[in-house]
Amino acid sequence: MDFRFDLIVDYAPLFLKGTLYTIGISLVGILLGTILGLLIGLGKMMQNKLLAFPFNLYIAFFRGTPFFVQIFIIHFGVIPAILGTTNGLAAGILALSLNSAAYIAEIFRAGIQSIDRGQMEAARSLGMNHIQAMRYVILPQAFKRMIPPLGNEFIVLLKESSLTALIAVPELMYWGRAFQGQYYKVWEPYLTAALIYFILTLTLSYLLSRLEKRLATE
Amino acid sequence: MIKVEKLKKSFGANEVLKDINVTIQQQEVVVVIGPSGSGKSTFLRCLNLLETITAGHVSIEGVDITDKQTDINKIRAEVGMVFQQFNLFPHKTVLENIMLSPLKVKKITEDKARETALSLLKKVGLEDKANAYPDSLSGGQKQRVAIARALAMEPKIMLFDEPTSALDPEMVGEVLEVMKQLAKEGMTMVVVTHEMGFAREVGDRVLFMDGGYIVEENVPQELFDNPQHERTQAFLSKVL
Ligand SMILES: Nc1ncnc2c1ncn2[C@@H]1O[C@H](COP(=O)(O)OP(=O)(O)OP(=O)(O)O)[C@@H](O)[C@H]1O
Ligand SMILES: [Mg+2]
Repeated sequence: MDFRFDLIVDYAPLFLKGTLYTIGISLVGILLGTILGLLIGLGKMMQNKLLAFPFNLYIAFFRGTPFFVQIFIIHFGVIPAILGTTNGLAAGILALSLNSAAYIAEIFRAGIQSIDRGQMEAARSLGMNHIQAMRYVILPQAFKRMIPPLGNEFIVLLKESSLTALIAVPELMYWGRAFQGQYYKVWEPYLTAALIYFILTLTLSYLLSRLEKRLATE
Repeated sequence: MIKVEKLKKSFGANEVLKDINVTIQQQEVVVVIGPSGSGKSTFLRCLNLLETITAGHVSIEGVDITDKQTDINKIRAEVGMVFQQFNLFPHKTVLENIMLSPLKVKKITEDKARETALSLLKKVGLEDKANAYPDSLSGGQKQRVAIARALAMEPKIMLFDEPTSALDPEMVGEVLEVMKQLAKEGMTMVVVTHEMGFAREVGDRVLFMDGGYIVEENVPQELFDNPQHERTQAFLSKVL
């Protein structure tokens, strides 16, 4: 087999650009997803079943349908409805954020509910109101427990961001496909893309395990 | 003064407290005993509204805490509670555990909170543990910190729910000692415990609960040595 390293070198600037896009949309996606996820998680935990229902529905929808389908709905439906025109980048980021928010909401809820209920009772018995008890007692402990699953979610999101190539977000996989189209080569672009994704996820899990260790010894 | 009238508490269809009537005077130490599941913890938890009350009235210092207008947080700040499982905040040091509520709820200054916390730690014999985390303490030490933490809010009443039941036997004494000291200083206390020795020595009155009722109440001497009710006799013959 004739493996053309020279073509990869030629394409390197575009792969680099794509990698930066991948990192960028993943970071923005996890950030917005976390903020949104916290709110949705809180919504789901409301005592009133009726008020909690929309949040439950949201989580069920985004976890129960393929991400690919969600991307298309957002790209061809939601974004044009808001902006009046399609915009791949906006749709990609929105899809990643909304999708990860559903998973993060569950991570958040599980984190809070894993805290012994004696903690809340002790805080309340000391005169703290619900918000104070959450803020000073429950959340700091829950957050520590949320870090490993949040890290996993980040890794999943980074990999899934490759699907946004299909709506022309110029991220890594987009340039892989462009490479294939231009040179009629398969192994070169996709092995390169795979390698870059692999390095990104490995780096990420390394950073996460270091963070976990540091928090564990604190 | 705590006044409990016709207190009922149900969990779903399960009526746990059926008709509780009792008045607890200022500076009184009331010990609650009874078999498992008789509703002792539930009774205690109704006194600071950790459980919502199904029916009846509880008033503390003349304020009806079942009234919807009453500020629950204010009542809770005046009623300290000590739990069987300590429930210290594991992400905070001993000192921070004690200072947190005075700082956030009473909004006193950091210096004042620290000063109070340190003097309370001294009182429970743990001034050298101020900067330790709860996980590094023994059970007896944890419970003494928990008592100091409750006291930091300067409560008028202290509730204890089996404060020594989770402790190794050799640590029970140090916690009871702190509680005795508190009683001596005139703290109003309601104590659920299986420590009959403590009940006898420190209690002004003992309530025997069974099946959601206060079946019998009397001064410790009388209740232990001369129980009137059959169920009290049966219970005491098992635990004494
Ligand atoms: N949150 C709750 N939900 C449902 N049932 C409860 C709840 N808390 C207590 N109960 C029930 O109420 C009854 C009385 O419980 P409680 O804890 O008050 O008993 P207790 O006298 O403190 O017993 P123990 O000596 O075992 O601590 C039990 O049957 C228990 O199952
Ligand atoms: Mg109990």
